[in-house]
Amino acid sequence: MTALSILYVILFYVAMITLVVGVVNKILQYIRVPAPLKIAVTPAPITKTGVVYRFFTEIVLFNSLFRATKWTWIFGWMFHLSLLLAFFRHLRYAVSPDFILWPLINLEVVQSFGKYAGFAMVIGLLGLFGRRIFVDRVRYISSPSDYLMLILLAAIAGSGLMMSFVNHIDIVQLKAFILGLFFFDWQNLPTDITLLIHLTLVLTLMMVFPISKLLHAPGLFFAPTRYQIDNPREQRHLSPWGAELEAKDGRNS
Amino acid sequence: MADFDTPEIREFPVIPTIMEGAMSHSSPFIAGEEFQSDMGFPSAENVGDLIDGWKEKFLELMQDKLSKYRSLQVFMDTCVKCGACTDKCHYFLGTTDPKNMPVARQDLLRKVYRRYFTFAGKYFPKLVGAIDLTEDVIKQMYDYYHQCSECRRCAVFCPFGIDTAEVTMAARDMLAQIGYGQKYSNQIIPKIYKIGNNLGLPQPALADTLEGLEEEVEDDFNVKVRYPLDEKGADILLVTPSADFFAEPHVDGLIGYGKVFHEAGVSWTLSSKASEAANFGLFIGSYEHMREISLRIREAAKELGVKRIVFGECGHAWRVAYNHLNTLAGPWDFLDQNYPIPQHILEFTKDCLDRGILNIDKTENDHMTVTFHDSCNIARASRIGSEPGSQFTTPREVIKAVCNNFEDMAPETIHDATFCCGGGGGLLTDDLMELRVKGALPRMTALKHSIEDKGVTHMAAICAICKSQFTKVLPYYGMTMDQIVSVHQLVSNALILTGQGEEADESEDEAA
Ligand code: SF4
Ligand code: SF4
Repeated sequence: MTALSILYVILFYVAMITLVVGVVNKILQYIRVPAPLKIAVTPAPITKTGVVYRFFTEIVLFNSLFRATKWTWIFGWMFHLSLLLAFFRHLRYAVSPDFILWPLINLEVVQSFGKYAGFAMVIGLLGLFGRRIFVDRVRYISSPSDYLMLILLAAIAGSGLMMSFVNHIDIVQLKAFILGLFFFDWQNLPTDITLLIHLTLVLTLMMVFPISKLLHAPGLFFAPTRYQIDNPREQRHLSPWGAELEAKDGRNS
Repeated sequence: MADFDTPEIREFPVIPTIMEGAMSHSSPFIAGEEFQSDMGFPSAENVGDLIDGWKEKFLELMQDKLSKYRSLQVFMDTCVKCGACTDKCHYFLGTTDPKNMPVARQDLLRKVYRRYFTFAGKYFPKLVGAIDLTEDVIKQMYDYYHQCSECRRCAVFCPFGIDTAEVTMAARDMLAQIGYGQKYSNQIIPKIYKIGNNLGLPQPALADTLEGLEEEVEDDFNVKVRYPLDEKGADILLVTPSADFFAEPHVDGLIGYGKVFHEAGVSWTLSSKASEAANFGLFIGSYEHMREISLRIREAAKELGVKRIVFGECGHAWRVAYNHLNTLAGPWDFLDQNYPIPQHILEFTKDCLDRGILNIDKTENDHMTVTFHDSCNIARASRIGSEPGSQFTTPREVIKAVCNNFEDMAPETIHDATFCCGGGGGLLTDDLMELRVKGALPRMTALKHSIEDKGVTHMAAICAICKSQFTKVLPYYGMTMDQIVSVHQLVSNALILTGQGEEADESEDEAA
């Protein structure tokens, strides 16, 4: 194996571990910290099914954002949808043909949608970047990391597009490398500069995920304002520390 | 103090260009030692100074809050600075100060969170906009967390449900515990503990006021309607904001509740111990104080032996009652489980109207065209009825049942997109008059347009703070203070009491 391939194998594992451990840690923290009070933003669902529906409209349609600002919604939604499509396309490099979903992943539509999604992604990101620069309110709240995150994502999309449309790389070798990572049977990585850039940026993204605002992905599910069922009169809600307080003075009996 | 210009109402509402520092001078009085100690909060030797070791204490408190409130922990992490909330706050729209944009308000705390509690902020502070905790930062927090009425309008539009009110509450509580308590709230809460209500009206004064109301109603209608106080064995305990006892137009609402109870034939009572629905514990972000204030209601209900609890017209009080009374002062197993616990007075009245037991003459309200102001806490933190959204429909249905002329304001300013009156969340104090007037701009704009376009004459509300705030700010915008009315005042106007003498009701009572 080449030294470069070894380096990327190591980087890959480091990034993967950072991502998984970091995000799991955060999720565990969110689970551990109690929500002492009912704070659902109403109108809120009064059943569990209702909460699932509420999340569906938020995750699939970005409902609140749609109500808030159409421009951010268009660009933001475009970007996230493209991300999803690109993700499906990339499964081809990470899944072996005997995997049960392979026929689905290998569908022409999935592959070509994924391919062109790259353009939509770049447009979405440019739009978001433009908003950050040109709208005074958004400029005011932006930190360097907010711009860098957009640049990082755009660079990933850009390098990906390069490989799809300009200088094709050795996909067979790449796939061998990726599958090798999963089965601990390490293989050489094609030494194409575009690919190396693309991979480096993705690994960077994975590593900053748990320490950045990308935490909005898991965090979304833990906002009591959104996941709580609106039934405070019907069902008593009490946190462990609230119960402790009660037990101490016995005034709720 | 009153040295500011009232913002101009425009033909179309516009999102203003930001003006840094536009409201940096706005800061409510800091509580002196006498008020701080009543609340169990520390104070420095001089008012306006921080206590010794404030910095460590603040970070310690922050750690504590982050481990006790999932909302705070999650909200600190998830904001992506998308900007969706930036034009949603009435205080930003009215003052143009960028620190009044919800995300910027959260950032006052988030920057410190990042600096001391996150990897990125510890090692790359500049990159992620993390800052050191300094006295100046604390000062800014005090100023701007007291330019938030905890109305949650921002939370409706945030893609992640980030509720700035939660951040404001946490921040205010931490500030109070390092010597920066707000005078207005910290002066009021101990009055509840000592006397029973925010206004400090003792039992005899209450009894006197209520007797006066009984006489007034009897004079007007020739029917004896009772306004009982501390009556053991009554079925219903009415808990209502103390402003209802004397302020205008609040008191007309109280008269209305009494008339509805009278016609429904239920026995009810007020309690001097729980003669206040308001719970400023919410505003200052203190679970303990909010619980203490709620527990009075439990004690009063037990002492009086009531079977039901009904709340009068008040916004944040209903938020606390609806969402938290069960948590803080429950379980309510000793009350009648056939009724919602607690119940809103509008739920009670709506039920009476539906059952047709109220004799209504709508024409009594024909001199008005009424619109309805959704109070933020009711709209975005409660229900008034069994269905989601009943907090919007129930009040409107009641109004329409007693008034012939009803018109809504612009759709983007009602229901869960309603704009705060500008005086909620513990800001209803004279030392914040400029903020209150400017923060009322979006609501005043919508009202003015509905007056011009739809012939609206009056705006009805179901919140004591909204009513007081509008009475104060309407004149700044060229309208008159009597244009704000209580919903139960409208009910009262139209309700014909059984046995009401025909010739006895010649009084032309315009909303005085
Ligand atoms: S809660 Fe209301 S007052 Fe506070 S920042 Fe949000 S919109 Fe503004
Ligand atoms: S809408 Fe939510 S995520 Fe967007 S800037 Fe405001 S608080 Fe942050």
